[in-house]
Amino acid sequence: MKHLVLAAGLLGATAAYAETPELIVYTYDSFVSDWGPGPAVEKAFEATCSCDLKLVGAGDGAALLARVKLEGARSDADVVLGLDTNLTAAAKATGLFAEHSISADYALPFEWEDTTFAPYDWGYFAFVHNADATAPKSFTELAESDLKIVIQDPRSSTPGLGLLMWVKAAYGDKAPEVWEGLADNVLTVTKGWSEAYGLFLEGEADMVLSYTTSPAYHLIAEDDASKAAAVFDEGHYMQVEVAGKLAASDQPELADQFLAFMVSDAFQSIIPTTNWMYPAVTPTAGLPQGFETLVAPEKSLLLGAEEAAALRDAALEEWLTALSR
Amino acid sequence: MADRAQPLRSRWGLGVATLVATFILGALAAVILRAEVGRGLGVADWAAIRFTIWQAVLSAVASVTLAVPVARALARRRFRGRRLLIALMGAPFILPVIVAILGILAVFGRSGWLSDLLGVFGLGPLQIYGLHGVVLAHVFFNLPLATRLILQGWQEIPAERFRLAAQLNAGPLAMWRLLEAPMLRQVVPGALAVVFAICLSSFAVALTLGGGPRATTIELAIYQAFRFDFDLGRAAMLSGVQLLLTGAAALVALRVASGEGFGAGLDRPVRRWDGEGRWARGLDAIYLSGAAQFLVLPLSAIVIAGLPGLLSMGASVWMAAATSALIAGLSTLVLLLIALPMAIAVALGRGAVVEVAGLLGLAVSPLVIGTGLFILIYPVADPFALALPVTALVNALMALPFALRILIPRVREILARYGRLSLSLDMRGGAFLRRVLLPRLRPQLGFAAGLAAALSMGDLGVIALFADSETATLPLQVYRLMGAYRMEAASGGALLLLCLSMGAFYICDRGGRRHAET
Repeated sequence: MKHLVLAAGLLGATAAYAETPELIVYTYDSFVSDWGPGPAVEKAFEATCSCDLKLVGAGDGAALLARVKLEGARSDADVVLGLDTNLTAAAKATGLFAEHSISADYALPFEWEDTTFAPYDWGYFAFVHNADATAPKSFTELAESDLKIVIQDPRSSTPGLGLLMWVKAAYGDKAPEVWEGLADNVLTVTKGWSEAYGLFLEGEADMVLSYTTSPAYHLIAEDDASKAAAVFDEGHYMQVEVAGKLAASDQPELADQFLAFMVSDAFQSIIPTTNWMYPAVTPTAGLPQGFETLVAPEKSLLLGAEEAAALRDAALEEWLTALSR
Repeated sequence: MADRAQPLRSRWGLGVATLVATFILGALAAVILRAEVGRGLGVADWAAIRFTIWQAVLSAVASVTLAVPVARALARRRFRGRRLLIALMGAPFILPVIVAILGILAVFGRSGWLSDLLGVFGLGPLQIYGLHGVVLAHVFFNLPLATRLILQGWQEIPAERFRLAAQLNAGPLAMWRLLEAPMLRQVVPGALAVVFAICLSSFAVALTLGGGPRATTIELAIYQAFRFDFDLGRAAMLSGVQLLLTGAAALVALRVASGEGFGAGLDRPVRRWDGEGRWARGLDAIYLSGAAQFLVLPLSAIVIAGLPGLLSMGASVWMAAATSALIAGLSTLVLLLIALPMAIAVALGRGAVVEVAGLLGLAVSPLVIGTGLFILIYPVADPFALALPVTALVNALMALPFALRILIPRVREILARYGRLSLSLDMRGGAFLRRVLLPRLRPQLGFAAGLAAALSMGDLGVIALFADSETATLPLQVYRLMGAYRMEAASGGALLLLCLSMGAFYICDRGGRRHAET
């Protein structure tokens, strides 16, 4: 309804000035929930911006991108927060996003070079298991064991796609063989992360694809040390979550201000215990207590955005072939 | 049958049916028009189509086959808790899929109750993942619905018929042949078609319990086409395939389900003289307790898991619950306004077209309808502002096929019984509606309203595309809680959802049955 707003503004410029500007940020569902980062982020940003921050939940990362594509250049959104590097190439290709000028002292295991999207948190994909069970040390060990795992469908979820990229990044052309070995360990495949994690907690499977930071939730919020993440020798694929501003935003300055706020201490210190990921910039107070117990992979894997996008279809095909038998 | 010889006209119904069809097909067309040239259907899509049909056929046959003896037992037994059992049957159908799956797994899963029990006897855990798991879950979802649809059929046989048959000394076999089998021939195809159509659009169940990519359904292919490839053309094409399949099922069902009614009765309580034998009692008891356990055990698992979370949920969950209740109320109202005229039109003989229009809500993927509506609404209004009405409307359309299946046989019967009498008294239109049709249709209206309210309460589909953070529905909130690792609060939310849906269903259904024999 931007044209209406514009018309109203022209008719009564004084009224429009008096109104607090509104910044609309599209994000994923769990971000805006009461227990996600949303409420705290909103409060902290509104304290500095004299604006109204509106966080809109729109499914998961992939759904976010579909939503923005659906709305096109007329989207009400000013910022999209919650894509990951496996999606940024497709997002950039839409031409809907503008460059940013944010720089920060990122705590990422690699140099951040993307000038369209800025990272706000990251984590390692990992298989989470019950701490009292012995976990495999690699995909090959997992394939040889009779452990049962629950994974997510790469066609409907971002962690599922992340696992595909993990195997691809670690094994390249040998990925199909790895998947063939893993096929009999895959108990089932779910639509999204929630279903998979639920099955694991119900005791259906020995391990679930999640993050190395998942045990931190149980430890810190529930005082429960019974969950652990398995460290794999191949290294761990990373999920880097990013935000970008839309080129057609009617609040470009405010959007820039939000992105700058996003990598500031106020925002970053909210992330670890609400989104349960590593903050992109380590807060001055450090990571919350409990994070030091998390396993740290020796090797981090990440395919470049372009590379990930180029590999996706082939990797999906390999995955489908191996698991359809 | 010409309209002239009837106390009601089919105009309204035809009009409403046209509106419904225009609305849904318009949404589909909007998606197609917005689409760029896509990839077309690939090998994987065809595999998905084959799997979808196969599992839907198996699920429909299994659900309906099991529902017949259960409905028969319910029709001829009166016992304490019968109403409660019938009300409970509304529950599985409207739970968020993930919640229902977790409930089923708590009973049938690898570390579920049954596996534990088997372990005592030294037997290995149950293996639920695979086609049989999908069918099991679909039976859990649809057995109750099929039972209720078939039970309606039993209740439409006038009590006088059974009395007459008993006076003529007809044994159970003869009663079966003369009364029950012909009734089933009319009711079963419809029930099969409805369950088949529901299972066609199954997605999360098939994926989760199917065990992996083998269990890909059309709906997942649509989801992928939309979410990951943003290939609207392919999404629309797949939705078209789904539409054709459902339409074909509906037409087959309509063709098979013809036949005469049972004539008029005086609405006396049904008494079954053939069900008095020890064998009959024993069998009925087995069917009823089997069905009750099959439904109640997973539901109890949800209750047990949810109780500790009820207190830790926070205000947003209660807000979401209020939103859901509001949508459910609106949606039920809309449904009744659409379904009644359409049911009348079908009963007046304008069957096929209207009924197919009614089935469209089930046939077109909610994701595609939602997307289409979004495309249509976006240029002219703010989708967020319309989130509630749109969700209510779409939910009503989703419930429409069920409502029609529930209402049509009864309306047809009332018209056949009282039509001529009313005409001779010159009672038409509004007067006929108020004095004859509505009072007699009340139980069916109540059931349809209950189903609509409950379905709408549990629906996750369309709201996701329209909702902003303030207007979450309860199912959406449950998913958000899970996404934030709050499994306990999520279980609490799921239990609340179960109670609300059951409550809505019970109130509507009970309201319809007050002073009526069940």
